[in-house]
Amino acid sequence: MSSVLSVDGVTKTFGGLVAVDSLSLTVEPGEALGILGPNGAGKTALINMVSGFYRPTAGTIRLFDREITDLSLHQIGRLGIARTFQNIRLFRRMTVLENVMTANPRYTRKPLRAFFGFGGRRHDIDEAMALVEFMGLADRADRIAGSLPYGDARRLEMARALATGPRLLLLDEPGAGMNEEETERLIADIHKCRERLAAIVLIEHDMTMIRKIADRVVAMNYGRKMAEGRPTEVLSHPEVKRAYLGTTEGELV
Amino acid sequence: MSLDLALFTGINILLAWSVYLILLTGTLSFANGAFMALGAYVSGVLTAKFGIGYMPAMAMAAAASAVIGVLTGYPALRTRGIYLILVTLAITFFVQTAIENTKFVGGVQGMGGMMGTSFEIVYGSVIVVGALIWLLSRSPLQRVLDAVREDEHVAGAIGINVVYVRLALFGIGAALAAYAGGLYAHHMFFVAPDHFTIIVSVFIVLYVIMGGVNNMWGSVVGAVILTVLPEAIRFIGEWRQGVFGLLIVILLLFRRDGILPFRSVTARSGRKADA
Repeated sequence: MSSVLSVDGVTKTFGGLVAVDSLSLTVEPGEALGILGPNGAGKTALINMVSGFYRPTAGTIRLFDREITDLSLHQIGRLGIARTFQNIRLFRRMTVLENVMTANPRYTRKPLRAFFGFGGRRHDIDEAMALVEFMGLADRADRIAGSLPYGDARRLEMARALATGPRLLLLDEPGAGMNEEETERLIADIHKCRERLAAIVLIEHDMTMIRKIADRVVAMNYGRKMAEGRPTEVLSHPEVKRAYLGTTEGELV
Repeated sequence: MSLDLALFTGINILLAWSVYLILLTGTLSFANGAFMALGAYVSGVLTAKFGIGYMPAMAMAAAASAVIGVLTGYPALRTRGIYLILVTLAITFFVQTAIENTKFVGGVQGMGGMMGTSFEIVYGSVIVVGALIWLLSRSPLQRVLDAVREDEHVAGAIGINVVYVRLALFGIGAALAAYAGGLYAHHMFFVAPDHFTIIVSVFIVLYVIMGGVNNMWGSVVGAVILTVLPEAIRFIGEWRQGVFGLLIVILLLFRRDGILPFRSVTARSGRKADA
């Protein structure tokens, strides 16, 4: 079976700055790939290219053998790549339920036909509520998204991403700013989501999350791949420790 | 209220909705005065010079305006924020100048010979358009539009073709403005380029901003108040414009989101909250 995602020699430059430097990686079916690296290593730039926010300067990106390098944002979204954002981005004026309903592919694909989409109203609500419930937000379904506490907002963002019916989910530092207890819950939530996905890419600083979720880890620095392998191997790689942890001690690992 | 004022109020409600529809996708259009002028002239020319019936002429005017809206919108909607506002202003300037320099429609002298309109036609239109917008506000499309307005990048990431949606609504808004412009022309029996100055575009936007941008009723309230109020304070005499401006400033200072700021929720879970 072909890889879910193959990134081949991808480069992104902003003026003179090289954010990602001819990087290659694959994500295999069923896999959760962790991407690790210090701030400015190019992790988010990479995710932005995969999800269509940036167009690569060079290289190719494939989703199940289909080249998506030059496709636009919505085309990539429709092909089955969904994402969450480092700084959570919800439709803040809408309710929790509406956020999830908005991502329903029936209406995002044919927006003007959505004007006539009254018939399936009950069905749409039930479908979205199933996801809201799946993420444990059922009792908050009618709350305005902008008023949610951080952990709930993150779960809603994931529910919205799942509502698009994705095959690959990209999580950009989902654990940023969470305490230990919240992180534990997040790890459980991500594991739950995996059942519905072909694969996951997780950008994370939090070592616990990387170790508990990722099957394989790619460590980046200066836009390049520093190391790749199983989490324990990569986390104990001397170059990774030096660059990322700023220490040669192993205590964080 | 005189019939004349009632008809202007109805036409202005339609114009306010034309801006409201475009604003649903986050585009503030100062071009609707231009689309109004297009509708006025196209329907005017078709009826007065070609003897085409009232409603066919109105429909053709709306269609022509939609086409021109999409053609101008395609490059214009690539810009955002202040630049987009400037581009839409430019459309208004351009159309006014184009009409002034077209002899066929009378240039700066204007043209006449329209057929008149009636209370039934204007308010029938308000009711039909209002019903359609109300249906929109209850449909899944409303959420798609809200998504585009709130965060175009996230909207794109979940699979919405943001450019297409913006362009479509721009075209629909342009068509509605043209239709209202047609009603205006027929009601006046005569139109001239200086009926469609930039101030007209600004006023239409003001109806919506003042009434509230988050629901269709704000446009109605804004259009009614801003149409009737200048007449109601006529007794003030020469200070009328100044007092009018001051009232707008005061309102926007204290109610930034307009008189009716609420947004209607499009779907409810039917469950108990925060059990």
